[in-house]
Amino acid sequence: MTTSSRSSKGRLARLMMKMPLMLTCREVEAFLIDYLEGTLPRAQRAVFDLHLRMCRECRDYLAAYRKSVELGRAAFARPEDPVGPEVPEDLVKAILDARSREG
Amino acid sequence: MQEGTTQRAAADALGDSALAEAIGRGDGAAYEALVWRHGGAMLAVARRLLRDEDEARDCLQEAFLQAWTKIDTFEGRSALGTWLHRIVVNAALMRLRKRKRRAEESIDALLPEFDADGCRIEPAWQMDEPADSLVQRAQVRELVLQSIDRLPDDYRTVLILRDIEGYDTAEVAQMTGDSQGAIKTRLHRARAALKKLLEPIYGGELT
Repeated sequence: MTTSSRSSKGRLARLMMKMPLMLTCREVEAFLIDYLEGTLPRAQRAVFDLHLRMCRECRDYLAAYRKSVELGRAAFARPEDPVGPEVPEDLVKAILDARSREG
Repeated sequence: MQEGTTQRAAADALGDSALAEAIGRGDGAAYEALVWRHGGAMLAVARRLLRDEDEARDCLQEAFLQAWTKIDTFEGRSALGTWLHRIVVNAALMRLRKRKRRAEESIDALLPEFDADGCRIEPAWQMDEPADSLVQRAQVRELVLQSIDRLPDDYRTVLILRDIEGYDTAEVAQMTGDSQGAIKTRLHRARAALKKLLEPIYGGELT
């Protein structure tokens, strides 16, 4: 992780993030999973939402984060074959043989 | 031979509950029908978790053997497919725990960046195209699968169980023996790292 670069956030937005009851982007990151799972208390969620309304970087980050989860699901999904691949016949035979040995 | 074929055809016609009862009575034809009916989906899970064809096949054998010996513990509260899914996941996790760890790249370099004020360093992305449409492009789908594959095992496993297989945090914690807090942290870091690896898509480099 680097702190040598600077966020593109403007001066006004940067100052607002330092006001009481406001979160920094780093603090947003720490609560993101609870926000997405709906387990943040209502007051914290409101503060979180306020940050998102004001912060283009966190909105873009969150959109890309959500899209990555969707892409993972979509990449594994096979709508043309919802029950999955067929088991190879030799593997079925091996499974049945193993059961016979087990008794 | 013909009798065996008839028995198998009769077993194929059974619903899952009746199939489980027949297996409980030691019906071999019912067991074979079970393997044909549910083996494909279970093999796919084993492949996703283990990423090794030989291990996935061995894992499936173990899972079915367990299903045979434990069928009396199937109470019908969940679907038979769900019960079998859990068995094969547990068998795969057991194998992952025993497996010698492969050389893994650290996930730290893939986590979000902040400046000295705690402000996020994040370019603007193009996010209009839906995921279902994006993965129609072979290059995109390949990048997504390779990127998940690049994650260290502990992170990849949690990501797959939560986001692909659909288990909730409590279920994953129970299966892995970790706390729910640890699972949530690992899931978040895995998703953040995956997002970093997929940035070429959001930057329009794969259009």
